[in-house]
Amino acid sequence: MSIAIANKTVKQTSRAKSLLLWRKITNVGFWSFSLIGLVLIMTPLLWLLYDVIKSAAPNWHFSVLFAQTKGVGGGISNAIVGTLVIILGVGIFGTLVGVSTGIYIAEYARQRVSSILKLASETLAGIPSIVLGYVGYAALVVGLHLGFSLGAALVVLTLMVLPYIAKSTESALARVPTSYREAAFALGMTKTEALLKIILKPALGQIITGIIIALAIALGETAPLLYTAGWSAFYPKLSFSHSPVGYLTYVVWTYYNQPFKSARALSFDSALVLVVMVLFLIIFAKFVNAIFKRTMYEEVQTMSRSISKRVSKRL
Amino acid sequence: MSKRLLDKGFRITLQILAVLPLLAVIAIVAVLIFSALPAITYNGFGFLIHSSWKPGNFYANPITSNGVLHPPGVNYGGLFLIVGTIACALIAVVIGVPVSVFAAIVLARKIPPRFAGFFGLMLEAIAGIPSVVFGLWGALTLGPYLAHHVYPLIANNVPDWGFFKFFRGPTGNGEGLLSAGIVLAVMIVPIIASTSRELIKQVPASTRDGAKALGLTDTEVLFAVDLRWVASGVLGASVLGLGRALGETMAVAMVTGSSLGSLPKNVYDTMTTIAATIVSQLDSALADTSNFAVETLAEAALLLMLITLIVNLFARLLIKRVSATALPVGRGL
Repeated sequence: MSIAIANKTVKQTSRAKSLLLWRKITNVGFWSFSLIGLVLIMTPLLWLLYDVIKSAAPNWHFSVLFAQTKGVGGGISNAIVGTLVIILGVGIFGTLVGVSTGIYIAEYARQRVSSILKLASETLAGIPSIVLGYVGYAALVVGLHLGFSLGAALVVLTLMVLPYIAKSTESALARVPTSYREAAFALGMTKTEALLKIILKPALGQIITGIIIALAIALGETAPLLYTAGWSAFYPKLSFSHSPVGYLTYVVWTYYNQPFKSARALSFDSALVLVVMVLFLIIFAKFVNAIFKRTMYEEVQTMSRSISKRVSKRL
Repeated sequence: MSKRLLDKGFRITLQILAVLPLLAVIAIVAVLIFSALPAITYNGFGFLIHSSWKPGNFYANPITSNGVLHPPGVNYGGLFLIVGTIACALIAVVIGVPVSVFAAIVLARKIPPRFAGFFGLMLEAIAGIPSVVFGLWGALTLGPYLAHHVYPLIANNVPDWGFFKFFRGPTGNGEGLLSAGIVLAVMIVPIIASTSRELIKQVPASTRDGAKALGLTDTEVLFAVDLRWVASGVLGASVLGLGRALGETMAVAMVTGSSLGSLPKNVYDTMTTIAATIVSQLDSALADTSNFAVETLAEAALLLMLITLIVNLFARLLIKRVSATALPVGRGL
């Protein structure tokens, strides 16, 4: 009897042991399989970066950065300056409208209004960039007779990056503790004062990060610009209508399959410059975020000091 | 008093600026419908169910039928555009989602926090790289590589029946449906991977600890707790990725081979999508003096916008019902 039971236990433990072994093996197997997933998403990035550098390096001359495009050769300085002008304009308009939208949604709007505005912003983000480009062409270039111009390009690109900036502003403000607002209102500040002096401060880092990221996105856009900014081999004129602007992504798109070696070289050079600029902006955004996070502690301290100063003044 | 006035002025300024995105969406829809109207009237319902791209004779005098001015011999059917757009995006999702989710699992659970920042930066880099550069890489490097080394292997070894027939036949030069789908898959990885990673990190530790205390291995904890917790969020992110793949323009235009008017015969065949067609055809459409070619492109754009809007709204609805975490807007940066 007892021998039978002992036999059974032995059998059971050995079965449990083999089951445990099997579970351990699946565990290791699963994690190594998942690791392959990570490798698979990193490989294309490294391959692409290697490829961009390898294509541009053999014919790279720094003079390309300082010469204007001539036919299918020359340089890309006009495109670089054009891209920077476009980015600067988008930065100004996008920040103005995007940050305002974010603040309004987070701080002022009632539930229903804010959900409508959020939906509108998300819808805008979901519209394919070529559709925005087409509408820009039909409504601004042809409809309003702006011609291929900086103005049309800025409107379209601003609409494209708006949702990103609005979203990052809104989520940054949502993280600011309610007690800050209560403290500000308790001091008799108006909502505007409370916003500008208290509430925006701790959110500033994230808002600026969002703007930089939005600019990185605007930098790499092609489809919305092709039929709004047009193309120009000269430096951009500071006029909003009837003067086309050159930009880097145009060079990549138009010259990559031309039968001229110089044209293809320009395309590769532009791709390299674009990638460097985008990576720089992304790393810069990280850097800004880190700095703001580090100074946050001091910020909070100075803020509480200024609040207590105000309190003592009123008392 | 002036303080109050200032307060009110600030508020009203914000209000006006905040309504701009809403007005923009309405204006965009209105412009599209308005410019597509003649094409919708003339092309009719048939536009959705047959494949043909004959812009007609631009040099002959345009004629009027049904009150719409158009060149003679015109015949537009957008079925190949719709099929191409959806097929391309589906390939991207089928390849991109599993890889991204596995990567997100490793990133959230196994990579030490010290390196997490580095991998986050890599994901952001993928999201930030301009789509023309992806197109350049896809058209000149990845496509030819796949066509030489990978596609023949698949085409020669896949069984010759049913669904698999699409994977047989001539493998082309690397410009085609599968290449475009693979490039798109790489491009939508950041949206899905970064959202999934954030969602997995938000799974409450106590539930996971409970599962661990029962003696489950890491993999079992993952399947019993984490993945159930995040499933709908990951699904939402995947649908959002699908939306982005549907609307992606430049990379697709450079890698698909842009063949107008016919459906692809197998997965290696050249094809085109709505977005790619608009960007590559608008230039030549401007030569149509009756403006009908441009109006047809507007109809295609309207169609594309409808498809992406439905997909996007569906994604947001899906994630709103189950999780408080909002999805990233757009690219997952």
